[in-house]
Amino acid sequence: MTQVDVKVDGVAYRDDVEPRMLLVHYLRERLGKVGTVVGCDTGNCGACTVAVDGRSVKSCSLLAVQADGREVTTIEGLSDGDGALHPVQQAFHDEHALQCGFCTPGMIMSACDLLRENPNPTEADVRQGIEGNLCRCTGYQNIVRAVQRAAKAMVRS
Amino acid sequence: MTATAERPAEIGQARKRKEDARLVTGRTMWTDNLTLPGMLHMAILRSPVAHARITSIDVSGARQRPGVIAAFSGQDFKDVQGSIPCVWPVTEDTVVPNHPSIAVDQVNHVGEAVAAVVARSKAEAQDALEAIDVDYEPLAPILDMEAALADDAPRVHPELSSNKSYTWAFESGAAGSGRPIEDVLREAEVTVTRRFRQQRIIPAFMEPRSTVVLPEGDGVTVWSSTQIPHVLRTLMSLSLGIPEQKIRVIAPDVGGGFGGKLQVTPEEFLTTLVARRVGKPVKYTESRSESMMSCHHGRDQIQDITITATQDGRLTGLDVHILSDMGAYARLITPGIPILGAFMFNGIYKFDAYRFVCDGVFTTKTPTDAVRGAGRPEATFAIERIVDELAAELGMDPMQLRRKNWISHDEFPFTTVTGITYDSGNYEAATDRALELIQWDELKKEQAERRARHDTVQLGLGISTFSELCGWAPSRLLGALRYAGGGWEQATVRVLPTGKVEVVTGTSPHGQGNETTWSQIVADRVGVPFEDVEVLHGDTQTSPRGWDTYGSRSAAVGAVAVSNAALRVVEKAKRVAAHLLEASEDDIEFADGKFSVRGSPGAEKTIQELAFEAFAAHDMPEGVEPNLDAEATYDPVALSFPHGTHLCAVDVDTETGRTTIRKYVCVDDVGTVINPLIVDGQVHGGVAHGIAQALYEEAVFDDDGNLTTGTLVDYLVPSALDLPSFTTDRTVSPATTNPLGVKGVGETGAIAATPAVVNAVVDALRPFGVTDVRMPCTPERVWRAVQGGSE
Repeated sequence: MTQVDVKVDGVAYRDDVEPRMLLVHYLRERLGKVGTVVGCDTGNCGACTVAVDGRSVKSCSLLAVQADGREVTTIEGLSDGDGALHPVQQAFHDEHALQCGFCTPGMIMSACDLLRENPNPTEADVRQGIEGNLCRCTGYQNIVRAVQRAAKAMVRS
Repeated sequence: MTATAERPAEIGQARKRKEDARLVTGRTMWTDNLTLPGMLHMAILRSPVAHARITSIDVSGARQRPGVIAAFSGQDFKDVQGSIPCVWPVTEDTVVPNHPSIAVDQVNHVGEAVAAVVARSKAEAQDALEAIDVDYEPLAPILDMEAALADDAPRVHPELSSNKSYTWAFESGAAGSGRPIEDVLREAEVTVTRRFRQQRIIPAFMEPRSTVVLPEGDGVTVWSSTQIPHVLRTLMSLSLGIPEQKIRVIAPDVGGGFGGKLQVTPEEFLTTLVARRVGKPVKYTESRSESMMSCHHGRDQIQDITITATQDGRLTGLDVHILSDMGAYARLITPGIPILGAFMFNGIYKFDAYRFVCDGVFTTKTPTDAVRGAGRPEATFAIERIVDELAAELGMDPMQLRRKNWISHDEFPFTTVTGITYDSGNYEAATDRALELIQWDELKKEQAERRARHDTVQLGLGISTFSELCGWAPSRLLGALRYAGGGWEQATVRVLPTGKVEVVTGTSPHGQGNETTWSQIVADRVGVPFEDVEVLHGDTQTSPRGWDTYGSRSAAVGAVAVSNAALRVVEKAKRVAAHLLEASEDDIEFADGKFSVRGSPGAEKTIQELAFEAFAAHDMPEGVEPNLDAEATYDPVALSFPHGTHLCAVDVDTETGRTTIRKYVCVDDVGTVINPLIVDGQVHGGVAHGIAQALYEEAVFDDDGNLTTGTLVDYLVPSALDLPSFTTDRTVSPATTNPLGVKGVGETGAIAATPAVVNAVVDALRPFGVTDVRMPCTPERVWRAVQGGSE
């Protein structure tokens, strides 16, 4: 067992974990952060994407111990908690960018990182930026629209 | 129906979805999120070989591992596990082999369960699998359908006399729906024959399947990532012998299905068997790799198609012979999948004669079953591809050939050569609109120029003018097809004392947005605000009756039941209103949630007021029970026939073989639209799925029967970079067979898109003498086709 100190969605946690434990399993099984989901076992689908120190990471590709001393934001900590949605969440709702919604947490977290790097992305930029997140329901069209809509909203605010 | 100036009709509005709030914030109830007190975790050891006898199996080592509560092999359940049910033996003599959920003495495909470990944690259960010893005595893998049908072929199931499950046949002369096919074939002026290969694909829903079973006394509560909680409950009772009233099935939030979760699975049965044996709640969640090999696959047909026509391009006959790879077993509706296409190969065209013969074949591969479209993509692909090939043979423009032969809008209702009647449609309108949107004539000019200058990147233009049949009903028809189930749907509308409304539906959505669309319908019918309607589904305790969600049936069947139940609420409320307002029922007018007396201004009651009056029941009319609730069961009179025209322009690099979709235009006609946002979303997703089959996806097995595309690394579910932006539009030909005028939409895209794309690829390469490219049209296959002229 190895001790980790990690801040997740604003709360500090100290836990002993097996060194082999993946960050996504730590989030889901130890912290109950089940908003972050597992869609594959090869790092392809991106459903488990979270932000670590502000950068998007597939949490299946990081060990929990690698998050030691870092700050993790999951889909559950994305909005301020005052009931209002984060602009990316709001845009996904407005543009019907989700159907079953399983890929959505990871997709939104990736989109946030994309917009951090590129606040005004073209359609091609968005497609490139979310390439690591698979969606089976939407054909991506409305996801692309949502990310561009969120970009406009975030520039305004 | 209650549209007023104050409140526009909900039906037809692009309402944003009620479902989204929990989904965009990560507050979703996926089955794998569930943790029950004392819950244990199960891991499954799966066969690494395609076909073998299990000569010995020893699970005792696993039992010694830390945290392990129990370990089981098939021997532990051989007398109680029943068989995974098949509800669609398509002929009187369809062979349905016994299908254990955990193998007892033989394995018949890679990935079949052979042992299970239950432990305190998932990690401990998985670790312990390596301590299980299994000895396999290899049998010959059976991978090729034609070889499997040879007299001396080794058999998948040695106890059976062959690898054939059934032969299902239809012939228009015998059926009386057209001329005898042999006559038409003999008289044909032009005959084109092709063999098309429908590759095997994997549903690849994003949420891996998960099941939690809580044993309680004689019964169980089962949470499962399924499309079919109601069907699962009944079949679990019939197969495992648990009394039906002791089974509660809950499908919480379900992360996509695409037919892949239209199944009663070995994993659901095994989790149930194990949970009951250990007497504790047990969770099983598959890994993606397990999902790829153990969830049923789809398509996988060899299609031998002959089309005949007159010299001037009038279609006369269509002769279809199918080999359908069922894989190792007949799962829920495996034998019926190709039969869903049997009435569709003729597409939107008029033929004199038609024959369809299908052999269902067992192989040592993962079983096949429904995947989005299920039988109809295969049929639509074949007809739309061969019409293009016939056009090339005749030297005719492929669109002109279609126009000459399709059912014209003034001919509906039209009974086709299969004997099925299409109720409504307008192929001309959809096609003209699509041609205009894609700027077809300009693309044609560009294509001619690029061909003339031998551009290394050639432009291909593909057409798919499709119709499909969906809305899996009516029950009488399903019975005639030997399908064991029904096709009706049920809904209950309950008006609560405060005037809020609960809608109970027997459909089981997993991305389709029924909570939103059903709310729109009820808001219109009952005259309450959209926000006041709550839709309950996916739990056999709260929603006891229904046939669930598949086959594009939710709107075409389920929505009509909801609408009918809501209309009954209004009828009931009208009686209460008449009584309280001391008026004749005939004088009560209903609009926008208000019941008023004709000619008596001010004498009115709102639906909310009546709800409380009925609840208090101080003054109810004679014979009216004290509530406004109503239920309805709707069994349609016919299938649903959406149609559309999809056009695709591709750039094909003849030097690298790479295909890039430049434009994709689809004009669909799904009848009356309840929510255009949701309909467009369904079309987008369906088209993406169809393009994926055309260009990217294939489940590949090696010579030993190993699935070599067993992860998302090598099975290419397209990303945002692999797909174009789609242009969607609609024509509206309301269904005449249901009161809402709605048609199914969930599968249209997947049905229409595949031939549009492949026709475009072949069109690009026709100057090179190419007449077909096998799917998926990978760069390698396209490049080889260019080099070789044809495959």
